[in-house]
Amino acid sequence: MFEILSFGDAGWGDEILAGLAITVELAIVTLPVGLLIGFAAAFASMSRNRALRAVGFGYTTIMRGLPEILTLFVVYNGVGLLLNKTAQWWSPGGDNIEFSPFAAGVTALGMVFGAFAGEVLRGAFNSLDEGQMEAGRAIGMTPRQIFFRIRLPQVWRFALPGLGNLWINMLKDTALVSIIALDDLMRMTKVAVGVTKQPFTFYLFACLIYWAMCVLSEIVLAQMERRANRGIRRA
Amino acid sequence: MNPLDILIQYWPRLLDGTLMTIKLTFLGALIAAIFSPMFALIRANASPVAQAPLRFYISFMRGTPILGQLFLIYYGSGQFRPFLQEWGLWTFFRDPFNCALLAFALNSTAYQTEILRGGIMGVARGEVEAAKAIGMRRVKILRRVVFPHAYRIAWPALGNEIILLMKASALASVVTVFDIMGRTRQIFSRSFDFSVYLWAALIYLCITAIFVLLWRQGERMLSRHIGSPSDSRSILTPPEGPKA
Repeated sequence: MFEILSFGDAGWGDEILAGLAITVELAIVTLPVGLLIGFAAAFASMSRNRALRAVGFGYTTIMRGLPEILTLFVVYNGVGLLLNKTAQWWSPGGDNIEFSPFAAGVTALGMVFGAFAGEVLRGAFNSLDEGQMEAGRAIGMTPRQIFFRIRLPQVWRFALPGLGNLWINMLKDTALVSIIALDDLMRMTKVAVGVTKQPFTFYLFACLIYWAMCVLSEIVLAQMERRANRGIRRA
Repeated sequence: MNPLDILIQYWPRLLDGTLMTIKLTFLGALIAAIFSPMFALIRANASPVAQAPLRFYISFMRGTPILGQLFLIYYGSGQFRPFLQEWGLWTFFRDPFNCALLAFALNSTAYQTEILRGGIMGVARGEVEAAKAIGMRRVKILRRVVFPHAYRIAWPALGNEIILLMKASALASVVTVFDIMGRTRQIFSRSFDFSVYLWAALIYLCITAIFVLLWRQGERMLSRHIGSPSDSRSILTPPEGPKA
């Protein structure tokens, strides 16, 4: 059994490792994109402007209610069509533009992550102690200083558990990109299955890798939470 | 084509897919709801050694993609085909619907168990002690005191889990189950009309919205003896304050 999982020509170890690299890369690239969308969604839904609030609320509600795979297909096919239409309009009869599966994966997973993160961050901002902001104003801090020195460091502390869960969910959701033909861990596993005809062995192996990544993430997140909460007395 | 034309032309398929999605979600959640109370009791009360296999199972289900679990069951069963045929189980695993249902039920059982465990541990010790004091037996305490309260605590989280399961059921389309997502992909591959995806999104949102309303109704029924804080405030109802 270990022979087929070994590296080199005889085994599938190196192919699966290459797939794993894509999966990790996808997750790591998606994280900042998702966080950015999350902050935008959180600020929109906390804004004083009513229209902006509606946009923020609408975005987080709709995106959280849709299956991730549907979002992925909408982005992959929809943006692809849009790009091609634009290209045809720009230069009729020209070559079709390919919307890369990787970009589609980052966009779709980032949009989903952003919608959930928006809610987590909004909750975190709401749980800040109002008195601290007043204290900041009282000693003459500018709104900017208050944001970066008082609010943001504490939002991190409140939002970390929620964001950690979202990271783990997103890590698992990356498996979906195998459906749009991105050579991630799941798809390389499928390729290996096609050749070796040992589906159970390989899918179990892939699942174990995802599991290991999730457990590792949980350990790191627990460390980060401990660090973020240093100096805080437990109630 | 006009988005409305797509709907007029293909609505029987989309309706068919909607029924399939509801069927998958309902049955998956139901099977999980049958097994989770027992598992949750083990998780809440058994010794760490006794619950180790259960923790292992729950950790695996929560730490791996549902897509992986689905492939493991649907494609993975092929590796044991002679064995399964011998036992007469092959007809079960050959059907993608059964495999999807099995995967979702196994997955949801893990999540529901953990949610319900939280509910059971949230039941105040005093309630159980009071029940013991008036001479209730173990099973009766569970049926009359622990579970009713545990479900009331766990209810919103269970609703969230069922919504997540409904969203996850779209993955069944990958193994050729024709749910909403499967029908949508089929229609798109024929018409190349993008608007069918938007109709699918609308259907999913409608299902979620209707479910949320029904679930809230259920919550009201579960806590009807408590009454909402606004009506019938008598001297017996405790004053409102920060919850302990």
